[in-house]
Amino acid sequence: MSELVPEPRPKPAVPMKPVSINSNLLGYIGIDTIIEQMRKKTMKTGFDFNIMVVGQSGLGKSTLVNTLFKSQVSRKASSWNREEKIPKTVEIKAIGHVIEEGGVKMKLTVIDTPGFGDQINNENCWEPIEKYINEQYEKFLKEEVNIARKKRIPDTRVHCCLYFISPTGHSLRPLDLEFMKHLSKVVNIIPVIAKADTMTLEEKSEFKQRQESMPFAVVGSDKEYQVNGKRVLGRKTPWGIIEVENLNHCEFALLRDFVIRTHLQDLKEVTHNIHYETYRAKRLNDNGGLPPVSVDTEESHDSNP
Amino acid sequence: MEEVEPAHVLRNFKYVAFTMNEELRNLSLSGHVGFDSLPDQLVNKSTSQGFCFNILCVGETGIGKSTLMDTLFNTKFESDPATHNEPGVRLKARSYELQESNVRLKLTIVDTVGFGDQINKDDSYKPIVEYIDAQFEAYLQEELKIKRSLFNYHDTRIHACLYFIAPTGHSLKSLDLVTMKKLDSKVNIIPIIAKADTIAKNELHKFKSKIMSELVSNGVQIYQFPTDEETVAEINATMSVHLPFAVVGSTEEVKVGNKMAKARQYPWGVVQVENENHCDFVKLREMLIRVNMEDLREQTHTRHYELYRRCKLEEMGFKDTDPDSKPFSLQETYEAKRNEFLGELQKKEEEMRQMFVMRVKEKEAELKEAEKELHEKFDLLKRTHQEEKKKVEDKKKELEEEVNNFQKKKAAAQLLQSQAQQSGAQQTKKDKDKKNASFT
Repeated sequence: MSELVPEPRPKPAVPMKPVSINSNLLGYIGIDTIIEQMRKKTMKTGFDFNIMVVGQSGLGKSTLVNTLFKSQVSRKASSWNREEKIPKTVEIKAIGHVIEEGGVKMKLTVIDTPGFGDQINNENCWEPIEKYINEQYEKFLKEEVNIARKKRIPDTRVHCCLYFISPTGHSLRPLDLEFMKHLSKVVNIIPVIAKADTMTLEEKSEFKQRQESMPFAVVGSDKEYQVNGKRVLGRKTPWGIIEVENLNHCEFALLRDFVIRTHLQDLKEVTHNIHYETYRAKRLNDNGGLPPVSVDTEESHDSNP
Repeated sequence: MEEVEPAHVLRNFKYVAFTMNEELRNLSLSGHVGFDSLPDQLVNKSTSQGFCFNILCVGETGIGKSTLMDTLFNTKFESDPATHNEPGVRLKARSYELQESNVRLKLTIVDTVGFGDQINKDDSYKPIVEYIDAQFEAYLQEELKIKRSLFNYHDTRIHACLYFIAPTGHSLKSLDLVTMKKLDSKVNIIPIIAKADTIAKNELHKFKSKIMSELVSNGVQIYQFPTDEETVAEINATMSVHLPFAVVGSTEEVKVGNKMAKARQYPWGVVQVENENHCDFVKLREMLIRVNMEDLREQTHTRHYELYRRCKLEEMGFKDTDPDSKPFSLQETYEAKRNEFLGELQKKEEEMRQMFVMRVKEKEAELKEAEKELHEKFDLLKRTHQEEKKKVEDKKKELEEEVNNFQKKKAAAQLLQSQAQQSGAQQTKKDKDKKNASFT
């Protein structure tokens, strides 16, 4: 009869407390090449990144995502037919892209949520979003729990959620608060003040002071203009050109640097180590256990290269 | 704006396309986005945490395992040379923290003490296999926990196994073949010829071919240096040809030319460790550390560990699908097992309780017996005491009677005496008178 906890095997001598040796003094070994080795491997396998945008329609979500990734990642709402109705409920649309830069391949997925906050009665409109996020965790968990696992489990979990706040100049609206309250437990939320060019500097700083967090006040654009002899992304208005990447004009550059250049890996790790683990722990503690899942048995045998 | 080359068409894309929409599109970027710093971000994270690397050295006593480790890592690791008297094979693990520029490495070296010393070597491989499995088990346990912390788990799984082949010049020993066969599905084996300075060059070449062909014909799977990535494919391919590496280890330095070099000095010359004409030490260091350390770690995790995990879970009764090809869930089986286990526990507890109660009863009975005996003894003593007392009293009475009699007799005697005295005195007087009278 096999038991869950195997009887303790007689372990050999416990390794003693690690002795610290600074090998710089003794000649080059080559341990630091592991960094290069790791870098090569990760570049070869590529990265996944899944970003979700949530906000009422017309706040400039698609434009901002396009600006962030300097490509036509999202189709803008204005390209919809005028005859298309506003969705009755919140829909979840995930579109995957592959982008490459400097030898690094990234599979970027943008998850759009048309219909959020657009109805007259917006009660529980965050629920489809929460459900979607949990479904991705569930998918990952099922893969992880298989006996014959895939070599690389496809990661569809939402790493980052950009929440667009309407630039009303007042404080956060109840819908915003409710959303962030419910979803901050399951996903990394980055609040963003949309269309920040409609707020003056004073209004902006006042708005920010009222929150504890620091929403990024952003402006998005994918059009280029000439400013002082340089071509920059910006928005043209009768009273001037708003430069997207100019920190005096808006905080887009900060957002971009934060999300992409410095904290992208961190966002993924927090999603994996904290949000996913929380979900998993909760799930495994439930009495019901996982419902039967339809696993394609043929797909699960590629763990041996 | 920077010029960005257009996105490549991807050939080996492993991902499953998304549920909702059309297939993945390749996009071209119109400016520098900045995610090419991703590898750096990833690497920075790992650097701050430090890396683990665990090497297992399998080989006979005295073959040069400790010396080679010292030479590889440019240090004198503390260790006493083992004797040949070990009753069995045991594994000794030692951990060290090495630092080079900003990389911290937690190195663990596991040694097989007593390997090859016994008369009966049938079971020599067992402690090694058990040790490797124990490390996998520890990781699996952590992974199965509900509340787990894998990201700062200290990984003790063996990433590389250096198998030391004795430099006989002939072929592999049967112990070597048996051991390597048992280990090849559990760990990355890199075979090396130890003390290679005892073999002449021409013999060495023959020896290497013999070893490799024996490994192949016996189906031993040694570690393959990866050739799928362009930058390392070439060097790995050229190095593979020289397997098994013939190494010499030394921590002593000898003056060669105008430099000090690690070497072994013989009356007939100096064998330099880092001279590629003399031995393959540099190749080993290159392959083990400078080129493939990360791949060794990855293979351990994605291949050997997964195999162990799969076997272990299947052995424990988990399945992905049951005979009716209705998928089981790990969780349900887990629950069932847990309940079974708890049931066992409860049963055991009951048994122990019963035994305890029985023992108590027995002890109680024993004590009661003892008590009864004591009481009886006490009664006996009491009776004896009473009897003694009576006897003594009887004797006392006798004595008193005797004393009384004596007193009476004494009194009577005294009376008589006094009477006699009186009559005697009278008699004497009479006699005296008579006498006196006779004289007159």
